[in-house]
Amino acid sequence: MTKLTMSAAEQGLCSCHICNLVSRRPGGETPAHCPRCGARLHFRKPGSVSRCWALLIAAYVLYIPANLLTIMETGSLFNYRKDTIVSGVVHLWKTGSWLIAVIVFIASVTIPLLKLISLTLLLISVQRRSKWHPRQRTRLYRLVELVGRWSMLDIYVVALLAALVQLGSIATVKAGPGALAFGAVVVLTMFASMQFDPRLIWDPLQKERTL
Amino acid sequence: MATHSAQLIACHDCDLLQQEIPLNSGCAASCSRCGAILYRNATDSINRTLAYTLAASVLFVIANIFPIFAIEVQGGGREINLSGAVRYLWEQQMKSVSLLVVLTTILIPALELVTMSYLLLALKLRIVPVGHRILLRMINIVGPWIMIDVFMLGVLVSLVKLTNSFQVIPGVALWSFGALTFLYAATSASFSARDVWARLDRKPGVEMAA
Repeated sequence: MTKLTMSAAEQGLCSCHICNLVSRRPGGETPAHCPRCGARLHFRKPGSVSRCWALLIAAYVLYIPANLLTIMETGSLFNYRKDTIVSGVVHLWKTGSWLIAVIVFIASVTIPLLKLISLTLLLISVQRRSKWHPRQRTRLYRLVELVGRWSMLDIYVVALLAALVQLGSIATVKAGPGALAFGAVVVLTMFASMQFDPRLIWDPLQKERTL
Repeated sequence: MATHSAQLIACHDCDLLQQEIPLNSGCAASCSRCGAILYRNATDSINRTLAYTLAASVLFVIANIFPIFAIEVQGGGREINLSGAVRYLWEQQMKSVSLLVVLTTILIPALELVTMSYLLLALKLRIVPVGHRILLRMINIVGPWIMIDVFMLGVLVSLVKLTNSFQVIPGVALWSFGALTFLYAATSASFSARDVWARLDRKPGVEMAA
C-alpha cells in the first residue's frame, strides 16, 4: 500500500475506535475527543491488560460451577435426568444425534476453553513484551472475537426447552443453576476479549525499530 | 500533516499507519502488516443496507409474534414463541438468564433495526440525522451482542432434541428466524460505517442545496 512503517501512536496520531478517523491527539493527559464523532480518543484502550485479566479470572472462577452444576433438568413418566453441559453432549451422542452433539460440543466446550486459554496466552505474552509471532497472535485474537458469541447456543437451547415446563404429566423441563454460571462465563469472556487491545501485541516491535 | 491525515488510516489491530487507496467496488483493503481488513468498498452500501434493514424489520415482528414451533401431546398442542420462552425462564427464578436472552434476541436487535432505519432513511432523504454521532457510536457498541444467528442454531438444536420424544410442528416464526439470519448477515456485509461518515462529512452546503 504505502511505504509507511510507523504506528499511528508513534506519530502522535490517534485512530478513533468508532469512526476510524485518524487525528492528531494533543499531548499531555488532557482528555481528547474525536473531531468527527465525539468519541473519547485513546492511543491504546485504557487499562486494557488489567481489565482483561480481571474479567478473565472471574470467568475462570465461574467456569467451574458452569461445568459442575446442572444446566437442565428433564423429567417424564419414565425417566428423570439432570444434565450438565458435558453429560448433555454425551446423551445426545448416545441417542444418535451425532451432528447436533458435535455442534453443541464445539459451541459449549471447545469455544469457551479456546477463549479462556487464548486470552490468557495473549495477556501473558503482551505483559512480557514478547515479540513471538505477532501476526499469528493477532490472528488468534481475531478468531476469539469471531467465534466467542457462538457459545451462547446452550443458553438458547435451555431457554426454548424450559418453555415446555408445563407439559402436564408428560414431561417437565427446568433450567438449572449451571445455566446461570455458564451464561456469566460467556458474557464475561466476551467483555474480556473486547477489553483486550491487539495493538499491544505489536508495540514491542515498534519500540525496537525506533531505537 | 494536517492536510495529509484525511487519507491516512491506522490498522485497528496493529496500529500501522497506512495510506488509503481507492478500491474497486466489492473489494476490501487489508493491513499490509497483520492482514486485518481495514475497509471495504461495499457496493451501493446505503441503499442496500436500508433495503435489508427494512425487510429484516418486517420479519423481526413476525418472528416475535408467531410461534416458533408447536408440540403435540395427548389432548392438545403447546406452542412456543420467543417471548413465552423468556417469560417462563423469568418465572423459574432464572431472571438473569432470561434477561440475557431478551437483550440479545429481542431488545438489542430491535434497537439496532430502528436506529439503522432512521439513520439510513435520513441519509437517503439528504437530511443530517439528529443525534447521528451518538447513534453511530451506539450501533458500534451493541453490534457484537446481536445473536439472532446463534439463536437460530439454538432453535434447530432444540428441534432435534424434541423430535426424539415428541411430534413437533414447525411454526411461522421458525422460517422468519431463518430468513432473518440471512438478512442480518446481508446487512452487516453491506453496511459500511465509512460510507456513512463520508456522506456526513461532505454534507453541509453541497447536499442541502441539492
